[in-house]
Amino acid sequence: MNFFLQPLTLLTFFPLLGVLILFFIPSDRKDALRWTALAVSLVTFGISLWVLSMFEPSNPDLQLVAQYDWITVAGWNIQYYLGVDGLSILLVLLTTFLTPISILSTWTAVEERVKDFMVFFLLLEVGMTGVFLAQDLFLFYIFWEFTLVPMYFIIGIWGGPRRIYAAIKFFLYTMAGSILMLLAILWLGIYGGTFSVPELIAQGNIPANVQTWLFLAFTAAFAIKVPMWPLHSWLPDAHVEAPTAGSVILAGVMLKLGTYGFLRFNIPLFPEASIQAAPWIALFATIGIIYGAAVSYAQADVKKLVAYSSVSHLGFVMLGLFALNSQGMQGAILQMINHGLSTGALFLLVGMIYEQTHTRELKVYGGLWKITPVFGTIMLIVALSSMGLPGLNGFVGEFAILLGAFGSQAIGNAWYAAISALGVIMAAVYILYMFQKMFLGPQGEIVDEVKQHGHGIRDLNWREIAIMVPLLILIFWIGLYPKPFFALLAPAVDPLVDSLSTAALAMH
Amino acid sequence: MTPIDSFDFYTIWPLTLLTIWACVLLLADLFIPKERKGLTALLSAFGLALTLGFTLAQIGDEGLGFNGMVVLDGFSIFVNALLLVSGLLGVALAYGYVKRMGIERGEYYTLMLFSITGMMLMAQAADLIVVFLALELLSIPLYVLAAFARPKVESEEAGLKYFLLGAFATGFVVYGTALVFGATGTTSIFEIIQKATSSNTSGLLLSIGASLILVGLGFKVAVVPFHMWTPDVYQGAPSAVTAFMSSGAKIAGFAALLRVFATAFPSIATDMTGIFWALSALTMILGNVIAIAQTNIKRLLAYSSIAQAGYILMAFVPYGDPDVAPVSIAAGLFYLVAYAVTNFGAWGVVIALEKSEGRGLEIGDYAGLARKHPALAAAMTVFMLSLIGLPPTVGLVGKIYLFRAVIDGGFYGLAVIGVLTSLVSAYYYLRVVVTMYMRDGEPETERESFLDLTTIVTAVATVVISLVPQFLFAWASSAVLKLF
Repeated sequence: MNFFLQPLTLLTFFPLLGVLILFFIPSDRKDALRWTALAVSLVTFGISLWVLSMFEPSNPDLQLVAQYDWITVAGWNIQYYLGVDGLSILLVLLTTFLTPISILSTWTAVEERVKDFMVFFLLLEVGMTGVFLAQDLFLFYIFWEFTLVPMYFIIGIWGGPRRIYAAIKFFLYTMAGSILMLLAILWLGIYGGTFSVPELIAQGNIPANVQTWLFLAFTAAFAIKVPMWPLHSWLPDAHVEAPTAGSVILAGVMLKLGTYGFLRFNIPLFPEASIQAAPWIALFATIGIIYGAAVSYAQADVKKLVAYSSVSHLGFVMLGLFALNSQGMQGAILQMINHGLSTGALFLLVGMIYEQTHTRELKVYGGLWKITPVFGTIMLIVALSSMGLPGLNGFVGEFAILLGAFGSQAIGNAWYAAISALGVIMAAVYILYMFQKMFLGPQGEIVDEVKQHGHGIRDLNWREIAIMVPLLILIFWIGLYPKPFFALLAPAVDPLVDSLSTAALAMH
Repeated sequence: MTPIDSFDFYTIWPLTLLTIWACVLLLADLFIPKERKGLTALLSAFGLALTLGFTLAQIGDEGLGFNGMVVLDGFSIFVNALLLVSGLLGVALAYGYVKRMGIERGEYYTLMLFSITGMMLMAQAADLIVVFLALELLSIPLYVLAAFARPKVESEEAGLKYFLLGAFATGFVVYGTALVFGATGTTSIFEIIQKATSSNTSGLLLSIGASLILVGLGFKVAVVPFHMWTPDVYQGAPSAVTAFMSSGAKIAGFAALLRVFATAFPSIATDMTGIFWALSALTMILGNVIAIAQTNIKRLLAYSSIAQAGYILMAFVPYGDPDVAPVSIAAGLFYLVAYAVTNFGAWGVVIALEKSEGRGLEIGDYAGLARKHPALAAAMTVFMLSLIGLPPTVGLVGKIYLFRAVIDGGFYGLAVIGVLTSLVSAYYYLRVVVTMYMRDGEPETERESFLDLTTIVTAVATVVISLVPQFLFAWASSAVLKLF
């Protein structure tokens, strides 16, 4: 088949076509630029749905594989190797789903250098999709590092007052981890004679002491990206300074690159090391859950509050992954999606009100419900989803994770799960605190202040509602009927769990 | 002694042609009127292109010439081709620059051609005496070129500094050669190894001699601690000269080092590996750390080029391991290509922003470039990413190749130092990007067709080679050193 017509190749590189088109549109035709970018990202989403329609959920193997020799001279054995399976299909869909939503959210928020913004945004989509689809370590690394560049520009050009500091910090932090991973990748490539992940997993003969080192090198890259406590300090800066669309993608997709990395590479490639590391990861995850929640509560800036809540939520994902059993891992994958939807939605909502008030100080808000009932209702639903209310998406994931962590042999201590469960309650505290401060109680001073400068605070307009509706649908869908989502990922998780228990048996 | 025959001349035929071309051009230049010196540039470029053609026609041939004084093999052809391409890029960068800076004189191009001849001889040297000869031949025109902007004091200072330290460094090479001769009784690169492995050779004397040669060539390629001259000379010399010498002299110097050490000195690898390890680590650390403090783009690139030399030095560390040596030589060659392409591009942007009297050379002068000249800023971003070693650029691929060689040889510590210093380098290279994209300003640039062409070609090459490096990988790995 023609190289570019393969579904996954097309899916990954289609946004590049958009970049090419954008180059030919004059910079001052802002609306044309916006509509083009939106159309391209919607078509990309369409392609991902086409991929989904061809995807067989019951098949645990990689599907729709595109595999070619890429660099196979001079002792190199690098392949162009894309494939999708249950571990990645949902994350790919999340990426292509959130990109058009984010682009739509920039309609009035990004007025400066629209062309550059859209170019970087579409390039970012290429990188992220590539990370989720690449099955060759070399190719993966290229996509992985490449995602840094457009995000760095998005934060640095269109961000808040401390944007340059935040952008450089984001860049250097993430690069610090990934270059150590590069060395591990090269070691694996030399040792196994290939960079193909499935082949390396099949060989599976990495000596135990080396496994530990390689595991640590990969962990350096992924733990910073997640971010796991105590490596999270880039996150609040980057999230707060980034423009809304950047925050949505950062929280919604880019953090998942880290957790996905653990799932795709660390656990299958280094099963023994993963089992040994599980209690430690669980410890750090638990600390992260509690710490993130506590710090969230202490924030006076609503965007910072949402940013820190990510540290807590991603702690749950890590706990579920390293429960190393079926429930925990399935819950973790679903929770990655949930966090992308809920936190993405929260950042969007915060961005929408910020566009009107130009402040994120919690203390100046209050009593917004009466003025903006639609905004308030949507915010309430999203907030409840973020704190894990039964019937909404967050509950399903967190419940499965905690169930998995309680019964996990690898973690070997039910206390972690018990303490983490407290995190759910703490989430309710900080989320409801935020909601109460903003929407209930006496009218905040900001309401009058905005009124003095014009029409006063308005409710959501149609474009903003259109942005939120798809997110709300998914929040309810996953919450009420998660079965089709589990059906997509379960067949891929089970063989992974089986191979882990084989490894565990061999160790004892 | 065998009599000289036509094959002897065939081995050095391209560089002979270039020498003759340069001599003829020197005469022809007398008849070219002052305001039309661009013609000299075009003629020199034509000579370089012609020589490049003949060099490529030699692919596949190999042999010794002039009683084992020079060698023609895949390695020398690869390096020669790279040098000639660098020469072409150097001429393209200089074309408008010298005119604009009021230093357009015909000798400029002839001197460049002579220097390239020396560099090519360096790549083909099969005897330490020829290495010395080539070193002088390539250096002396560069001393003159560094001072070419006379009577500008900075330029004169650069020329003098380069000359004094360069002459000093050459002394080390001569002394090292003498000690090697004392230890082995020969200066032929191919015979040293045979003599060295026989029992009556003083290993210590040989090691000291080899180290002194390393010191001398280390000056030329700007390895810490022999780098002191680099920032001042790179800053003081006209930018087009700096672009040329920071690539050309480095390529030639590393080519000579690779050949001499991999061919003549494998028997003392146990001694030398530690030295290379330390030099490489030191160069990467110091070059990158000091670069952070620079505010002048020329000095920044000078320290950057020191740091890059440290990465290339990594290729030498496993040179004594016969299994890894071919990989590391190929990695070194590929990285030289990556470095040359990126470096010329970056200097091209510097030249585009430079104005007379040394204005337009502070990093702050790059503010707002992304708005005013998006293409130029994008190109500079590509070069900066390539120097950091990020996708999608050839710098990443080159670094990966080097790291593979080092990991293959088991030098994990050095690999870790290498990646961590890359992280440090990200900080200062990104500062240039930050200034271009995230700060406001009104930069003035010079647009001139050859300069634009060079910048565009190198930027495209930086990206494209990283996506399809197969051809260069294959060529570099087949360009092994031939043993005779």
